[in-house]
Amino acid sequence: MSPSVCLQEMIRVIRGARTQGEERGVIQRECAAIRAQFRQADSGGRSHNLAKLLYVHMLGYPAHFGQMECVRLIASSKYSEKRIGYLGAMMLLDEKQDASLLITNSIKNDLSHSSQHVQSLALCTLACMGSAEMCRDLAPEIERLLKASNSYIKKKAALCAVHIVRKIPELGEMFTPSSFLIVLNSDTLYLHYLSHSVPELVQIMKNLVTSGYSPEHNVAGISDPFLQVRILRLLRILGRNNDAASDAMNDLLAQVATNTDSSKTAGSAVLYETVLTIMDIRSESGLRVLAVNILGRFLLNNDRNIRYISMTSLQKIVQTDHTAVQRHRGTIVDCLKDQDASVKRRALELSLALVSAANIRSMMKELLLFLSTCPPELRSHAASGIFNAAERYAPSQRWHIDTILHVLVTAGGDVRDETVPNLIQLITAASELHCYTVHKLYRALISDIVQQSLVQVACWCIGEYGDLLLKGECEEITPMQVTEDDVLDALETVLQSHMSTPTSRGFALTAIMKLSTRITNNVDRIRSVVSIYGSCIDVELQQRAVEYNALFKKYDHMRYFTMSYCTVILEFGCRSRLSLYFNIHDLLLMHILDNLLLFSYSQ
Amino acid sequence: MIKAILIFNNHGKPRLSKFYEHYTEDTEQQIIRETFHLVSKRDENVCNFLEGGMLIGGSDNKLIYRHYATLYFVFCVDSSESELGILDLIQVFVETLDKCFENVCELDLIFHVDKVHNILAEMVMGGMVLETNMNEIITQVDAQNKMEKSETFIFQSPRQDR
Repeated sequence: MSPSVCLQEMIRVIRGARTQGEERGVIQRECAAIRAQFRQADSGGRSHNLAKLLYVHMLGYPAHFGQMECVRLIASSKYSEKRIGYLGAMMLLDEKQDASLLITNSIKNDLSHSSQHVQSLALCTLACMGSAEMCRDLAPEIERLLKASNSYIKKKAALCAVHIVRKIPELGEMFTPSSFLIVLNSDTLYLHYLSHSVPELVQIMKNLVTSGYSPEHNVAGISDPFLQVRILRLLRILGRNNDAASDAMNDLLAQVATNTDSSKTAGSAVLYETVLTIMDIRSESGLRVLAVNILGRFLLNNDRNIRYISMTSLQKIVQTDHTAVQRHRGTIVDCLKDQDASVKRRALELSLALVSAANIRSMMKELLLFLSTCPPELRSHAASGIFNAAERYAPSQRWHIDTILHVLVTAGGDVRDETVPNLIQLITAASELHCYTVHKLYRALISDIVQQSLVQVACWCIGEYGDLLLKGECEEITPMQVTEDDVLDALETVLQSHMSTPTSRGFALTAIMKLSTRITNNVDRIRSVVSIYGSCIDVELQQRAVEYNALFKKYDHMRYFTMSYCTVILEFGCRSRLSLYFNIHDLLLMHILDNLLLFSYSQ
Repeated sequence: MIKAILIFNNHGKPRLSKFYEHYTEDTEQQIIRETFHLVSKRDENVCNFLEGGMLIGGSDNKLIYRHYATLYFVFCVDSSESELGILDLIQVFVETLDKCFENVCELDLIFHVDKVHNILAEMVMGGMVLETNMNEIITQVDAQNKMEKSETFIFQSPRQDR
């Protein structure tokens, strides 16, 4: 393939490659040829070569050796070469490359070129990749161009000025006298220069809205929606925290809100922007109600895009206008069932924000239903949201425990680590529900041991309140008749299953040990289990088993005392939760050592 | 601000990639792959807004995309842009391409990438929307092409025929 072949031919050959390896080979040969040509400074097919290189770059192959060629092409006098050179500069160069400084001079020259197209190339490149130094050097040129009579160049120069101001905020004052066209496109605030121009802006907006059909700037029947949107955004910035400006805009906003036709996307965009502006400025309450109603209308729209953005804006105002948004709670909750993942995500955020003491039961039902069907990336967020809501608004302790258990069963793998100690503490505090809780957890444990957090809580509970479980009576729930063997079987299943994590095994072992003081018939079985694990590979487990063995042998008289009810937790409840989670048995060990000392003193 | 504009086909091959912030080549390819992965999973009748791309910025950025036949047009924007406005912009972009290429199809984009870049440069500059009027854009692009053609005619040398 001849090196000066054009771009299209090379693309044809690359597309003809049947495997990835073949494509790589073709591209490597081409790049080698291009590199050789660059070195020769051959002026014939230079722009073709760079075009080929840029194509290869888009596919992901290295193209840094083209940087100097870009610099050379930019300096050429031919328009076609300049064009491809500037494109190459935008794609291959950035602030960190040294070559970018070399084009500053070329850009400077091109900014004063006689042809507006060359000027526009230079402006475009500067706006895309201009570094701080380049911007500083070229700022006076841009200022000059801003005053030019050619509107095409003026617009480009304005955007370039925005880029410069973003890079070097101090230069902002240089550009302000020119026009507020700049601010329409930037996020920076020029309040003190522009607050006097609110009436002018209002007038422009009025003209746009009330004037008839203007074919030049028309998109689907709305006159120049992009400009309308920008002006509304500017009004929003100016009206924030500014009563006088907000007053001046009130009428206009009401007019735009009522007159704009929202059946097309362009109209909806303008209406949406109006709503955001009303929400942000110091508007009167009638206007705010109008805005929330518009958003409510959007929520019922068939177009999912509209529903999505209305939920996004409702999210922003749910803190301040809580009651107004509550009115649309039903629709929002329905959106939880939508097929679209983006709409679901927005609906989840909004639902969690709308939960209150009054609607907690019904909302939680919906949220739990959502949790069972939601996409995996939303699960942990939903679970933690549910936990927070439950903690703040739980109507009763039993409901709280039920809710947490439900979440653990549905999405136990996605909850955070602190859930387990939190739940344990909750259960301990709800003393009248111990019987109920242990029965429920036992049932959950024997049906499924995949969810580790559930397994851990269940083991702990059975260890603590095993005697209540074995007694077989319970007020709140029909009890199962459980024998000691059943309980020990369940705990041993957890110990032996390869689905259990080391932490869960630790919980199970401690629970078995605790049961030795609560049951009467199978103490030998417990003793044998514990001694087996004295030679377990897992060091943690082995340590525990050895200590428990010691309790059985040398300190049997203390076993009952140390394995009794964990009032320890209540005393240490204010300590860090982590110590509770990881070192429950260490606390007991500390207990043992304390008692040893007591014992030895009293002897 | 628009952070990136990507066009790729139904198999993830990039047809145009324009980044308005600097990333290394590897990161750029990763972004293209990840975006394709996220966008191709979407159903036909869900909304055109996506969140959750890890590589381009964080939670502030959204992907706004449209699917035309075999091509995905994806704009990665931050929260300062109006989502519906960008959706309109994509439409204007595609209509402009249609006018410039006479019933544009994927092959046109493949073989004339530089021309597509030139058209895009008239619409979006430095991550900000420059011009949305289709006729204006086409006028400018035509004038530039004419200038390029006239140069080639004047400076045509025998070496061009190789």
